[in-house]
Amino acid sequence: MWTIQPRGLGDLLEALRNRGYRVVGPVVRDGAICYEDLGSIEDLALAWLDEQEPGNYRLTGSGNGDLFSYSPGAHTWKKFLHKPSVTLWRATKDQKGLHLKEEPTAEGKVALFGARPCELAAIAIQDRVFLEGPFVDSFYAAARKEMFVVALNCSHPSKSCFCVSMKTGPRAATGFDLCLTEIHPNGEAELVVEVGSETGGLILADLQRREATEKDLEAVRKTLEEAEQRVERSLDTEGIQGLFDRSFESPQWDDVARRCLGCANCTMVCPTCFCTTVVESSDLAGAEATRTRIWDSCFTKDFTYIHGGSVRPSGYSRYRQWITHKLANWIEQFGTSGCVGCGRCITWCPVGIDITAEVEALRARERTGSGSGGSSHEGNA
Amino acid sequence: MVAKPKPKLAVWKFASCDGCQLSLLDCEEELLAITGMVDICYFPEATRAEVKGPYDLSLVEGSITTPHDAERIHKIRRSSRTLVTIGACATAGGIQALRNFKDVKTFIPLVYAQPSYIETLNKSTPISEHVFVDFELRGCPIDKGQLVEVLNAYLWGRKPAIRPHSTCIECKLAGNVCVMVAKGIPCLGPVTHAGCGGLCPTYQRGCYGCFGPKEDSNTRSLAARLASPIGMEEDDLVRLFRSFNAYAEDFRKESEAHED
Repeated sequence: MWTIQPRGLGDLLEALRNRGYRVVGPVVRDGAICYEDLGSIEDLALAWLDEQEPGNYRLTGSGNGDLFSYSPGAHTWKKFLHKPSVTLWRATKDQKGLHLKEEPTAEGKVALFGARPCELAAIAIQDRVFLEGPFVDSFYAAARKEMFVVALNCSHPSKSCFCVSMKTGPRAATGFDLCLTEIHPNGEAELVVEVGSETGGLILADLQRREATEKDLEAVRKTLEEAEQRVERSLDTEGIQGLFDRSFESPQWDDVARRCLGCANCTMVCPTCFCTTVVESSDLAGAEATRTRIWDSCFTKDFTYIHGGSVRPSGYSRYRQWITHKLANWIEQFGTSGCVGCGRCITWCPVGIDITAEVEALRARERTGSGSGGSSHEGNA
Repeated sequence: MVAKPKPKLAVWKFASCDGCQLSLLDCEEELLAITGMVDICYFPEATRAEVKGPYDLSLVEGSITTPHDAERIHKIRRSSRTLVTIGACATAGGIQALRNFKDVKTFIPLVYAQPSYIETLNKSTPISEHVFVDFELRGCPIDKGQLVEVLNAYLWGRKPAIRPHSTCIECKLAGNVCVMVAKGIPCLGPVTHAGCGGLCPTYQRGCYGCFGPKEDSNTRSLAARLASPIGMEEDDLVRLFRSFNAYAEDFRKESEAHED
C-alpha cells in the first residue's frame, strides 16, 4: 500500500495517457456526474457533493475539503464496454451477389478512472454474461481486453446506495489495477493506493509516492467502516428466489404497474442490464445494408413482440419480468444476483420507484396473507 | 427486358402548416436517391406538374377540419395502394384540435369578418378517424430520418424500423442527463413516443410531447409526479398535455382529468 497526494491524480492520468490509454472518468455535465473522456485532470469531478433519493438527484459543491464526496451518477461504465449502439456488419449487393463485411472489433486501450466497488461488481457480472457463456461477445471482449481500472472506494454513499446488503461495497476487493481510498490524516486529503495487478504496480512506480503508514491504513479502515454505516438503504436477499416464485401473482404487481411509466430509464441506467435489439437499415437503392445492435429494454412492448403480439403486453408483466430476472432468475442463470446495489434505478426513475421497497412490499404482502392470488385480471400476461 | 416502372408517390395536404411535407424537401442528401427510386407524381409543395393516380404510396399531411376535406380523403384513399400519414396533424388532429375542447362556433365570429363564409367541422380529427391508414409517422414536425426510413421500408416491402417506446430511451442512448430527475424540469419524455432523438432534453428543456403518446403511456402516474413534488398546478397540467397532440387519446384523457 502506498500513499499519494491529490496532485498525484494528475500524474496518474498523465501516466496512463502516456501509455496509450484513453482515460475516461467522472466529469460534471448538465448538473450530474457523468463518465466521459478526461482530457486533463481539470476535467475530473472533484469536490462535488451529490444528494440522491428516489426520482431525485442534485449536485452541489462539497465545500468540506473532500475530493470525492459523490457516489455513482447518471452514467455507467457499460457505455464503454457494452456500447449503446454497435454496427455488427455491413452488406453490399452488386451484379456478383451479396457481400458481407464484418465490422472490426478492435478497440483502443481504455482506462476507467474512478470506478466504484459496486461498478466493479457490475463489470464482473457483465463479464460473466458476455465472456463466460457459450457465445463470447467479440465487441465486449475487445473493449474489455486491455482495459485498465483505477478503482475508487466509497467514502460518501448516497441515500440510494444499498451496496452493503448486496455485498459489493463500499470497499473494492478485486477487479482493479489500482484502488484509491481518500483519507484526511491531518485535515488534508491524501489517497491511499492499493495495487491490484502488475500493470498497476508499474504505473504506480512512475508516481511520486510514499509507503502507507499504519496510521494511513487505520484511516482507510475507519473511513470505509463509517461509509458502510452510512449506507441506510438495504435489500433483503434472504430466500429471494422463493419469494419471487411465490409472488408470481402478487397484487403488488398491479400496484407498481399503476406507478411504473414503462419508460425504461431503470434498465438504461442499470450497470448490468444488457438487453439489445438488432435494427437493419438499407440505403434507398437497396445496394447497401447495415445491421446495428442497440440497447433495448424489457420495458418496451416490441422487446417480446412475436407473431400475434407481445408476450408481455402489460406494465404489470413487464415490471414483474424485470425485477424477477434481476433479483432472482439471474442467480439461476449466471450464479449471482443481477443487482449490485448502486441505486441508479431508484434515483433515475422519474417517479421514484424503489426496487428495495418493492421487495419489501412483496414480503409484507406475504406476511399479511395478501401475497398471491389477489391479482385482478392479468393472470400470466 | 422492360425496366420495372418506378413506384408512384403522392404527397397530400390537409389542415396543417406544411412543415412535414417540407421535411421531404429537406432530405437534401437523400433527395436525389428518392427521386431515383420513385416517381413524384403529385406534390404541389414542390411542383405544379401532376401525374394522375392511382398511386403506390400516398403521404398525407394535415387533419380533417372541413366537410370538403372529409370527402376528399376518401378519394385519396381509393387512389392509393398504401397510405401513410405524416405528422401530429394527420396522426392526432394537430394543434388545431384545441378546438375540440370548446365550441368552435364561438371562435369563428372573433376571427373572421364574415363568419358566414366559413364552413368548418366542430372537431379537427386525425386521418385514421376517416379512412384506413397503413402507417402513422409521428412528430411535430416529423423527423426526416424517420421519413426516409418509412419511404425505404415501403419501397422494399418491409416494416418501418420506427420504435414506439419512450423518448427516455433516446435520451439515455445519447448519454443525456435526465432533466426531470436532476433539475426538476417537467418533462413529457417518459410518456412520449420516440423519434426526435431527445432533442429538447439535450438542450436542457423538458419534452413537449411532439411525437404524441408512446405505447402504453402511463400519463396518470407522470402527472401525479409533476403535481407533487415537481409542483405543477392543475391548469399547467392541462396545458402540458394539450399541445400538438392534444387530441391523441392518452394525452386528451389526461388533460381532461385535470380540468375543472
